[in-house]
Amino acid sequence: MSETDGVALPPFAARVREALDDEGLHVALGRATAQLGSRRASALGSLDDADRVRDLARKAKLELLGDLAGNLERFEAKLVANGVKVHWAATGADANRIVLDIAKNAGVRRIVKGKSMASEETHLNQALIQAGLRVVETDLGEYIVQLARDRPSHIILPIIHMTREQVGRVMHEQVQVPLSDDPKTLAGYAREKLREEFLSADMGITGANFGIVENGTICLVTNEGNGRMVTTLPRVHVVLMGIEKLVASLGDLDLFLKLLARSATGQKLTVYTTLLRGPRRADDECGAQEMHVVLLDNGRSDLLSGDLAEILGCIRCGACLNACPIYKNIGGHAYGDTYPGPIGAIVTPGLRGLKSWTELPAASTLCGACREVCPVRLDIPRMLLSLRGRTARPQAAPLLLRLGLRGFGMIASRPSLYRLATRATRIALRGLSREGWLTRLPGPGAGWTSVRDLKAPAAATFQERWRERKEGAR
Amino acid sequence: MTAETVQLFHTCLLNELEPEAGFAVVRVLERCGLRVEVPLQQTCCGQPAYNAGFHDEARAVARHTLGVLAATEGPIVIPSGSCGDMVIHQYEALFEDEPEWRAKAHAVSARCREFSQFLGERTASLPPAALEATVAYHPSCHLLRGLGVRKEPLALLAAVSGVTVAEVQDREECCGFGGLFSIKQPEISGSMLERKLDAVVASGASRLVSCDLGCLLHLAGGLHRRGSTIQVQHLAELLDEAQR
Repeated sequence: MSETDGVALPPFAARVREALDDEGLHVALGRATAQLGSRRASALGSLDDADRVRDLARKAKLELLGDLAGNLERFEAKLVANGVKVHWAATGADANRIVLDIAKNAGVRRIVKGKSMASEETHLNQALIQAGLRVVETDLGEYIVQLARDRPSHIILPIIHMTREQVGRVMHEQVQVPLSDDPKTLAGYAREKLREEFLSADMGITGANFGIVENGTICLVTNEGNGRMVTTLPRVHVVLMGIEKLVASLGDLDLFLKLLARSATGQKLTVYTTLLRGPRRADDECGAQEMHVVLLDNGRSDLLSGDLAEILGCIRCGACLNACPIYKNIGGHAYGDTYPGPIGAIVTPGLRGLKSWTELPAASTLCGACREVCPVRLDIPRMLLSLRGRTARPQAAPLLLRLGLRGFGMIASRPSLYRLATRATRIALRGLSREGWLTRLPGPGAGWTSVRDLKAPAAATFQERWRERKEGAR
Repeated sequence: MTAETVQLFHTCLLNELEPEAGFAVVRVLERCGLRVEVPLQQTCCGQPAYNAGFHDEARAVARHTLGVLAATEGPIVIPSGSCGDMVIHQYEALFEDEPEWRAKAHAVSARCREFSQFLGERTASLPPAALEATVAYHPSCHLLRGLGVRKEPLALLAAVSGVTVAEVQDREECCGFGGLFSIKQPEISGSMLERKLDAVVASGASRLVSCDLGCLLHLAGGLHRRGSTIQVQHLAELLDEAQR
């Protein structure tokens, strides 16, 4: 059984059912993904030579991953030279323990957080809160998620599944502000509440959008400015980042910054692009006195050597979610873990193990919309097929499907046997049909007729009639 | 002068379910002055097994298909974007570690064209066509994003005098067929189908046309359950009707 935050997760089919039954979710997702999709298209249109930039970014990322170990060593050396303390976390639990130790050693009681999917992945908040620390999310979406005791359902827009009326109600109930459904008013309330947190926090935790190897710089992109407050106001700043988040140089960073905001929100750049290069120096007026970088593996290095390595090139823009017809129908929660959508269908089995997550790569039509919008051109359908190839190994796939497809392989490579088998199926289906249609099929066919009818097969096949036509012509 | 010969890889769905679409393909090709041959030992391209992750089984079927097609000559026409993508792109991927078969797949792939793609390269030999209809075109994902065929089917429809191509909202979004996906994930597939059909109905089209019988089987089944009168056709059937 898969678990999230220690709570048993309902089966995939139940999660899908719940999402499909949620009319509000459909409306919210439909609006948001359509808007993001069209903004993305026009933003990329504003970039000269967007296709070339995407090719270059892909090449840069794959080259970097080709020597990830060496790049990580060089990155660490630069960080240390900049006065940053570096920690290595093999697992999510290790990362949480490291952050907790940093907090204890520095006498921290109050923590503010910037948006970090890596910390969602390790369930960091839960670990810190259990240890008695106060943790407050400061990204507006994540703040609402925290107040609602919910989970983000999109990697860029955590509350894409909520309406503004729902947001207003959560804030009214949890932080006692007047009831409102006006986004500006609600953001104003959040700003007031969060200001108190920023000013009283001892420690700030953020993720990283990029780590620049050549000079040991951390790059953060945000739209709300909370990232800057989190990194400069508290006396301790901790960065939790996946080991794949590196870029080789400032030159490469330029390529990725051109693509990230355009692909994510349709902006040319986010409102704030923050470059952090170590703790406060003697003559600095502000900044954290201590800066730590926690480099998280948590299954990533195992992906490097296989045919899913490409997925480590993902820059977490979320464009594939907005383009994915499956995501648009079931939303993020149905995916069951930190990363939803096409990228999650690969990252989740990749990081957590395929065994408990076989439904995710199967739940795709391989339509290729994700590959079309990916700024670094990840071949997501290819990786989904590769994961399906692993689940189809003996014992993993359902018996009926296994026997069926084994038989298919044997029969479809022997034409006379094939003709016999398809003829039998055709006759059976025609026998069950009424007025040329089948409305209720037994066995595996029930999956088809549960949502649509099936046109009955023809009395004679194309080949049978083709032979007649040839003979008639003679 | 003898007519140029083309091979028809008719696909399993067409053979079993829509033989009329097969004859429509044949007649349209013949009106372009081509002689059509049908390799009778063909079965299925193997895509159902491939997409389900049964790659050994898919390879067995691919070897058979490659053997049948390699023994023929001339261009190979495939009236399906999805089967076309399988033979044209995925066979080579399947035989990544078998150079001999990979070379064979490459040689066959170079001869293959999806039906609308093939006609798009020979528009000069198409006879005049006329038909009064408002047509919704559904680009199948494998034709559109797999083979990169975006404009050809629309151009072929627009060239038919009297045809109006309807504006379908989110036209390039998947219809939710996805082969075995349609049976294994009927709820998601059904939800995608409803969105697509709502858009098709709202477009005011009297016909729904695509280049993939898989999508059409799914779309027609959904329309039939709704009691809709929208006529569902393979592109070849519409062209054949318009050329008469």
